[in-house]
Amino acid sequence: MRNKDVSFWLFLSPVLAALGLVVLIPLIVGVFYSFTDWNGLGFSQFIGLDHYARLLGDERFLSSLWFTIQFAFVTVIVLNVMGLGLALLVTQKLKSSNLLRTIFFMPNLIGGLILGFIWQFIFISVFGDLSGILGIEGLNGWLTTSTTGFWGLVILTSWQLAGYIMIIYIAYLQSIPEELLEAAKVDGANPFQRFRSVTFPLVAPAFTVSMFLTLSTAFKIYDQNLSLTNGGPFNSTEMVAMNIVYTAFSSNEMAYGQAKAVIFFLFVAVIAVTQVYYNKKKEVDM
Amino acid sequence: MADKQKRSFPVLETAGILLGILWLSPFYLMIVNAFKTNREIFQNVLGLPSEATFQNFIQAYIDLNFLRALFNSTMITAISILVIILFSSMAAYALARNKSRLSGAILLVFVAAMLIPFQAVMITLTSFFGSVNMLNSAGLIFMYLGFGSSLAIFLYHGALKSIPLSLDEAAKIDGASRFQTFWYIIFPLLRPISVTVAILNVIWIWNDFLLPSLVLSTSEATIPLRMFAFFGEYTRQWHLALAGLTIAIIPVIIFYFFAQKQIIKGVSEGAVK
Repeated sequence: MRNKDVSFWLFLSPVLAALGLVVLIPLIVGVFYSFTDWNGLGFSQFIGLDHYARLLGDERFLSSLWFTIQFAFVTVIVLNVMGLGLALLVTQKLKSSNLLRTIFFMPNLIGGLILGFIWQFIFISVFGDLSGILGIEGLNGWLTTSTTGFWGLVILTSWQLAGYIMIIYIAYLQSIPEELLEAAKVDGANPFQRFRSVTFPLVAPAFTVSMFLTLSTAFKIYDQNLSLTNGGPFNSTEMVAMNIVYTAFSSNEMAYGQAKAVIFFLFVAVIAVTQVYYNKKKEVDM
Repeated sequence: MADKQKRSFPVLETAGILLGILWLSPFYLMIVNAFKTNREIFQNVLGLPSEATFQNFIQAYIDLNFLRALFNSTMITAISILVIILFSSMAAYALARNKSRLSGAILLVFVAAMLIPFQAVMITLTSFFGSVNMLNSAGLIFMYLGFGSSLAIFLYHGALKSIPLSLDEAAKIDGASRFQTFWYIIFPLLRPISVTVAILNVIWIWNDFLLPSLVLSTSEATIPLRMFAFFGEYTRQWHLALAGLTIAIIPVIIFYFFAQKQIIKGVSEGAVK
């Protein structure tokens, strides 16, 4: 098919129309609107960088951004450690390997909204009960402070996504030739040394994939935030995505919400591009 | 090697099973408490219910308007996936069989679009679609094509590179049109990718909350939207809320039970590529 063939464009037209009308044009127009006083229906004037200037002094937005960065940082580490750990466990040729794989992966199939509601029950009712039984005061009053809300979100997200990251690591672990591990064993390497010097470097590409995935997922989380803490107490666990939704659709400040969304987009894009670049470079070096 | 395969690891095996039980405990807690009265939940949250009653489930089922929500979710998910599979595979075919710079640039645009977070476009998107009265399930399906086509095209494009051009040429000699070549020769060969694309999109669209919450009216509400409204009505009435959550999860568990292998394989391929 050549560029001037009608069939080339016919085959492409449905997705081009959809991508253009759903993603590209709204993004471009959105960036434009963020410099105006657009209210969702129309705009009367350009206000330059006013929204962006306001955003720098918007404490609620800045604290949601900081909360999101901390959350993403902790979640990426926890998820990758757990994902790799689970992957190593289920690839040990255990009798229960397949069953365990099925179990660990299961929460992935259920939406963050529903899982968040289940965990809200666990953190509030079950933790409260356990605190009485076990005599651990720290299990009381979960989700009523910003710290317990933070760790509640980390636990929920890690439990939900660890199985997914596990699947990625399994794919790489299974591509390691047995002979390599056998050779290392013959040479007298202990299990830790075999992991450190053979397995680990060979699963390194999996870090590219899964760190990129977990970082951008953690950064964009909304459903879990809404259903587990709804940003509370006093908006202290509100993440950026939720702050943008709130600004645009609850306070009806469309253009201001859009300005926040542009900043959010830049964050996500920079993270993604850096991550891919950095990891690709590292892989080549090894 | 042979003796190693047979050796069992009792410590690891036990640790694995304990971890598996811990992993499932949220579901256990949800289900056992869905059978209790609200008062019993406060008295005994960990144990089995003293008497099993389906009362909570019946009320939750009615208040969720579950059959309606299930129908809405199924229709929206199924149609979106068919549309994504058909149009993305066609587009990927056109791009893969055209070696020009333009074709490469279009593919790059689709791949780059995957980096754009939903929140960056949702405000203008809903405003545009609202102004032409397309905030309904038809509009939503079109939006899913826009958001879902990038990954699908990327996966199809990768697979198409290994389908030899001689197949196209043979079909052309036999007098097949472009579309016939695609539909009768190429598309059937892409079946494994279509399964992967379908699975990845089922997981996403079935569970999606924010986009449909901005687009759909109450009568078109999907399961997550109904669940959100339902949970709001029954704050602190855990017995009903948990029964509702249990009902909402059942279709997913059935799907997982029957398509487990394909799901894990599909997710693995979608993520690693």
